[in-house]
Amino acid sequence: MEIPYTVDVRPDTGLSNGKFGVWLFLASEVMLFAALFSSYILLRVGSVEWPHGYEELSVPMAFFNTVVLITSSVTMVMAWASLKMNDFGKFRLYLGLTILLSFVFLIVKYFEYSHHLHAGEGPWHNTYYAIYFTITGLHGLHIIGGIVVNAYLWGPGAKMWQTAKERFTNRIEIAGLYWHFVDLVWIFLFPVLYLL
Amino acid sequence: MDNVTTAGHAPAGSHAHGHTSHAHVDHHEQSFVTKWIFSQDHKVIGIQYTLTALLFLLFGFGLMALMRYQLAFPMQPIPVIGSLLGAANAPGGIMLPEFYNQLGAMHGTIMVFLGVVPLAVGGFGNYVMPLMIGAPDMAFPKLNMASYWVYFVGGCIMLASFFMPGGAAQSGWTSYPPLSVITATNGQTWWLLGMICLITSSLLGSVNFIVTIVQLRAKGLGFFRLPFFVWAQFVTSFLLLLAFPPLEAAGVLQLMDKVAGTSFFLPSGLVVGNRPLDISGGGNPLLWQHLFWFLAHPEVYVLILPAMGIVSEIIANNTRKPLWGYRVLVYAIIFLGFMSFIVWAHHMFMTGMGTTMNSFFQTTTMIISIPSVIILSALFLSLYGGSIRYNTPMLFALAFLPMFGIGGLTGLPLGLAPSDIHLHDTYYVIGHFHYVVAPGTIFALLAGIYYWFPKVTGRQMNEMLGKLHFIGSFICINGIFFPMFIQGLHGVNRRLYDGGVQYAHAQPVLHWNQFMSYAAWGLMLFQLPFIFNFFWSIWKGKPVGSNPWKATTLDWAATTSPPLAHGNFETAPEVFHGPYEYSVPGRAQDYLPQNQRD
Amino acid sequence: MDAHAHSVDDIKKSVKTYMMVFGALMVLTIITVGVSYVHLPVVAAVTVALIVATIKGSLVAMFFMHLLHERKVIYWVLMLTVVFFIFMMFVPLLTNSNKIPGTTPGTMW
Repeated sequence: MEIPYTVDVRPDTGLSNGKFGVWLFLASEVMLFAALFSSYILLRVGSVEWPHGYEELSVPMAFFNTVVLITSSVTMVMAWASLKMNDFGKFRLYLGLTILLSFVFLIVKYFEYSHHLHAGEGPWHNTYYAIYFTITGLHGLHIIGGIVVNAYLWGPGAKMWQTAKERFTNRIEIAGLYWHFVDLVWIFLFPVLYLL
Repeated sequence: MDNVTTAGHAPAGSHAHGHTSHAHVDHHEQSFVTKWIFSQDHKVIGIQYTLTALLFLLFGFGLMALMRYQLAFPMQPIPVIGSLLGAANAPGGIMLPEFYNQLGAMHGTIMVFLGVVPLAVGGFGNYVMPLMIGAPDMAFPKLNMASYWVYFVGGCIMLASFFMPGGAAQSGWTSYPPLSVITATNGQTWWLLGMICLITSSLLGSVNFIVTIVQLRAKGLGFFRLPFFVWAQFVTSFLLLLAFPPLEAAGVLQLMDKVAGTSFFLPSGLVVGNRPLDISGGGNPLLWQHLFWFLAHPEVYVLILPAMGIVSEIIANNTRKPLWGYRVLVYAIIFLGFMSFIVWAHHMFMTGMGTTMNSFFQTTTMIISIPSVIILSALFLSLYGGSIRYNTPMLFALAFLPMFGIGGLTGLPLGLAPSDIHLHDTYYVIGHFHYVVAPGTIFALLAGIYYWFPKVTGRQMNEMLGKLHFIGSFICINGIFFPMFIQGLHGVNRRLYDGGVQYAHAQPVLHWNQFMSYAAWGLMLFQLPFIFNFFWSIWKGKPVGSNPWKATTLDWAATTSPPLAHGNFETAPEVFHGPYEYSVPGRAQDYLPQNQRD
Repeated sequence: MDAHAHSVDDIKKSVKTYMMVFGALMVLTIITVGVSYVHLPVVAAVTVALIVATIKGSLVAMFFMHLLHERKVIYWVLMLTVVFFIFMMFVPLLTNSNKIPGTTPGTMW
């Protein structure tokens, strides 16, 4: 017996295993970031003084990064759409762009971090920077994870397109769901840390 | 419809993935490594989890056996073992308080995270659940394998922490800051790294379980035909999925406090040993408690739910009648799972929260006792009018009921804030939670081992040794934990390395310490017949057929003993009715398997 | 396989939608940054920021993640998650109200 519904959907749930699995995983990630946001709220509300985001951090850099990440979400979904339209070349282009934009995001983050660290504003400096580095750091780790997955699917993993088109398209959709989630977290992170 | 080859049958690295396959089972040769070590078969992984978890349970029990010597004979050198512990832990064989605290913190951590949950969910869940739903394997076999090995690595990290300079974590399994952060040794850091591994393992597993149960049920197996065991694993998986991440976050934050100099949990103005600490301050110790207990409360339901599932199967089977109130049981367990997320601060009644929030959590805690009582009552009622077979699994399952009852009832004064003022952090608490986990869950897990042993090995464990194991364990385990209520009511604090010797109010009840220690060592001795029985029966136990208990559920009715290595079933089973068609009136046989039409 | 996207034409329509959502997200990002320069009082600033973020997040979820056309099962899982999310965000904060002042050292509680 083979494991069913790896590609086809189960009739009564309408889901394939992988899609259901990734949504469950994302639900757990929501709780992870919920805990971090909750920590931020508790620490900020309980503090004697707490700076505004725009006083400490670079809004223009983060604004640029927000645009970069949202664009990468568009290129990610376009990669999937290209496969649905049977255009492997376009898929490669869009997924490649997604990976490139992810690197841009990380490079900007690197400049942001090194600026603060050189100024002595590390996580040890005060609780504001502690939570800033921790939340953005964990988000950054998620970006790196996404890059690894996307790079695999762009490179060696893309061989599956030759032998199992539908299954490969599914994998891109699932990777996309994860990537959009990473973007979604940033959509909340950006105003909370930088603008308030 | 193309059935594409799945990961479950592609051996590591041997041939290309993604080739379209056919409907038959792959029969390629697997190496020893891919068959037994890095296996993707849920049965092998279930056995790996079971054996590893049993070893950790024994080790965790050993830690406590050591602690109980100090409690019975405070400041006396420990015979034999004392000289082996080293001067850092027990100079002259006399246990140092720091070492006692290490034993305490690690006993709790190992029993909960490395012992009970991996056995209940990783062991029983992995092995039995796919069989019970008629599935060829879990939905994500590679993920399943990863879950086990990440657990293994986490366990190694936890064990290794004992041998690091300064020893293991020593701030309780609850790791409250500031103590856990300011303690100068690195044991806590290792604990945090180990926990991150264990939580990751758990998350991967829970995704797998939920997808498997929803997507891979056999034809005809609607949700309300599922054995209660599967419902229990299903709800448990949701608890693990949604409750663990906050602890992962908290673990990262505490790790940052320990290694990156942050002050998430360290308040300003902290003075240790008459010197103000050089920290940035501004942190909140209660933040840790909220994040920790947000997980740790659902975690205790993770500890009990699989046990309820196991006991239910064994009771239905050994009373030869359906469970009483199946639907009620299902709704109760779903409600219980949901409520478990909103009671956590009953562990924090004494932290100075306002009366409003204290009342809120007290209320939700009282509400959550309702589904627990419903489940226990339904199981008791299931016995009424049954043709009870008193075999070893049934004895353990029967004992579970009143033991869980005592554990549950003693939880009530803890869940009510006014009485908790007196009982908080006393031995009463230890007695309460051990009753639910030890003669509660662990008895259920032992019942499960005796019950499913024939399915896994094709042989039965010895009944006489089993009954000896049961009687001795039942008596000794009550001997350990009942006196704790007495000591707790007298106000003896928990986590005292000398068992309360220095406190005047503890004097009248101190003698119980020796009694409890002897009971603990007796309990350890009575596990020997079990350990012997377990291994001896694998090779020399009485061979049995595929359904020796004459059970109705698919794990017994539709598989061989042991089940087929690939795909579990010769043909995919189809289900025609509910899981407990025992003693159906008018039928010659007193059980009707789920996959038998008539 | 998505029930809503079978043919190439359907996908082309989706692509148009993705582009419109992209445009909306850019506009909303500019708005949220712009508002921050106004330096509204705390409550208003937080409210506006969270509303804008929620709209942006919903657009990503509904359209890029295809949630608008997703199955009931997924909605149930997410709704359950949202309930616990709300608890996680607000309850610890609520435990700090009507506290006896001075019971948590080093903080204003």
